[in-house]
Amino acid sequence: MDQFWLVQYFQENWYWVPEYLPKFAEGLWITLKLLVISIVIGMTIAIPVGLVQVTGPKPLAWLARIFCTVIRGTPLLIQLWLIYYGVGSLFPSIPGLRQSFLWPVLREAFPYAVLAFSLSVAGYEGEVLRGAFRGVPKGELEAARAIGMSPFQVLRRVWLPRALQNVFPTLTGEFILTLKATPLAATISIYDVYGVGGIVRQETYKIYEPLLFVALIYLILAGILVVFFRYLENRMPRRT
Amino acid sequence: MLKNLLKLLGCSAAVLVMGAQLANAEIKIGFAAESYPPFTDKGADGNWQGWEVEIKDALCAAMEEKCEVVDVAWDGIIPALTGKKIDAIIASMSITEERKQTIAFSDKYYNTPAVIVAPKDSKVSGDPESVKGLTIGTQVSTIHANYVEKHFKDATSKTYAAMDDHNQDLAAGRIDAAVGDSLAMEPFLASDAGACCEIKGELKDDEVFGPGVGVGLRKEDTELQAKFNAAIKKIREDGTFDAISKKYFKFDIYGG
Amino acid sequence: MQYAMELLAFSPPGWGGNLLRGLFNTLLIALGAYFLGLTLGFCGALGKIYGGPVLRWVLEIYTTLIRAIPELVLILFLYYAGTDLLNIALEAMGFARMDISGLWAGIYVLGFVQGAYSTEVLRGAFLAVPTGQIEAAKAIGMSSIQRHTRVIIPVMIPFALPGLANLWLIATKDTALLAVVGFSELALVTKQAAGSTKSYFLLYMAAAVLYLLLSLVSTLIFTLIERHYRRGQPVQG
Repeated sequence: MDQFWLVQYFQENWYWVPEYLPKFAEGLWITLKLLVISIVIGMTIAIPVGLVQVTGPKPLAWLARIFCTVIRGTPLLIQLWLIYYGVGSLFPSIPGLRQSFLWPVLREAFPYAVLAFSLSVAGYEGEVLRGAFRGVPKGELEAARAIGMSPFQVLRRVWLPRALQNVFPTLTGEFILTLKATPLAATISIYDVYGVGGIVRQETYKIYEPLLFVALIYLILAGILVVFFRYLENRMPRRT
Repeated sequence: MLKNLLKLLGCSAAVLVMGAQLANAEIKIGFAAESYPPFTDKGADGNWQGWEVEIKDALCAAMEEKCEVVDVAWDGIIPALTGKKIDAIIASMSITEERKQTIAFSDKYYNTPAVIVAPKDSKVSGDPESVKGLTIGTQVSTIHANYVEKHFKDATSKTYAAMDDHNQDLAAGRIDAAVGDSLAMEPFLASDAGACCEIKGELKDDEVFGPGVGVGLRKEDTELQAKFNAAIKKIREDGTFDAISKKYFKFDIYGG
Repeated sequence: MQYAMELLAFSPPGWGGNLLRGLFNTLLIALGAYFLGLTLGFCGALGKIYGGPVLRWVLEIYTTLIRAIPELVLILFLYYAGTDLLNIALEAMGFARMDISGLWAGIYVLGFVQGAYSTEVLRGAFLAVPTGQIEAAKAIGMSSIQRHTRVIIPVMIPFALPGLANLWLIATKDTALLAVVGFSELALVTKQAAGSTKSYFLLYMAAAVLYLLLSLVSTLIFTLIERHYRRGQPVQG
């Protein structure tokens, strides 16, 4: 008897899952694309942003500092809307924009989300890397210079790897936070996992079940990421 | 052990006491948080203004009830109703069979046609052939979105949280056309940003569009439904409806 | 420039007043959520440290779920489920339905989320108190409550402050997510204003400036608080 009630509950409230599974798969793909591309571009910007604050020159260090402060001081949602709607509202005043080669990129919403998330990653991670670069013992850098490495080689072989090793746990925590920020892309009509969940909510009028399903997907994703990063962490050489 | 349990209970009670109010007898009217001029529009003073706002006031006066306005995001307004966060939806929500499966409606209080809007030099019209391969924007969970899904199958449909968002994208050129209510499109077309575009055609489908806009209510609130119906009838008969409409529109939007 | 100044004027038809009202709501929600989160976090940290296995397990699930699921999903879920569950419980116990609407709903939702984060911050700070000091307090015969109020909590605060400062900034920025549900805080007000005036770029920049000011002032205040609480402690680093 109890089992019958349970089956009925599932039939009534979860009937939509098989129908929407392909859409969720697409949404998952978009979420992953957004996450990975933003992290890659963001880290690429974060490394010089963090580094220049430790080495100088002063004007560049100031710029980097302001960049990090602004990014960390404003909500990601506002940054996203400013980039998508704010910049978008300037389009009609730029003649010839629609015929230019940039237009296919500017038309889509996805590049704007990538830009906003990349800048966000760059701002937060730049701050983390600043501390990381500063934390590498000067002795190691001096030793590398002493044996004849050029400054760039020192950076590539000693400074950067050591800095990354030191803050790897913090970085992975921040990457999970980036995953948690991806649903904001749905506010500019990008159909990631959360966006698809929104579509299900609109079309079935169910309140909780789509949200539970979406939450489950994110839980699993976060779990996979945590396991993956822990594996990477174990593979990295650590100071004895 | 017991001490800790008591501490925990004490903490939770303290937390709950903060800000609890007993349910009161006002009717909570749900407005869509997104502006929908000329029906609802947030003014610079932070208050709602517009045709639908005045109609809401007139209806509440006719029912002799106190009404409180609660802003809810449009895409969550029906769950808010069924979840009892609000008691009625006055948000230009059209009466459709699909929605009737979940909620009930009062009688209609206006009915205006839907139109498709596109840049002045575009060849878009109400004909499905003309929009093949183009991107059409609509507001999510509306009869307009349903129309695009049903009739414009060869076009890409993009849904937005608010009408204003897809109008913005139309002006920026990110979408090729937008489908929406004819009256709600007017403020956009009259603005600087909307100078790019014009109405390209009127769309007809009684099944998708339904008989008109009504007040959304829970299915079990038959008493409230009767009250609203009586109020709508009253303001139609005693001229309040016409007086309010004259301020905003040149013709009768009640529809045939 | 003239147009920009007109648009941002404090009284209608300028939208500056409206934006400031939104900022005020943001502040209220953030403050309420922050302190609610601290209360929950305090109880949670105590529960995790001193509680039995069941309590600890429940708290572990609470913090893990909140920290793994995106805030937007949590906010939507709590907005509907929070009041629903509460009212079901109340009706079962025979009380009347409670109405939690407006700012308080936002405070509850965000506060619940903040609670999970502050549990971890406070727990870390608790555990960082040198055991020597706790043992000394026990040795001279202080009761449990005296030990906590006179030794553990004052020493714990400097350890907790960086994390708590971060939490406050997170609270202020997370209020923007409430715009998706329809609360009238700064982000939603800006969106409505931008839609009404079509000056998207200007208004979103204005909102960004307001948020930036909020975070800069907050950081300053926290630096001052930290300096006060660290007095008398050995210099770090």
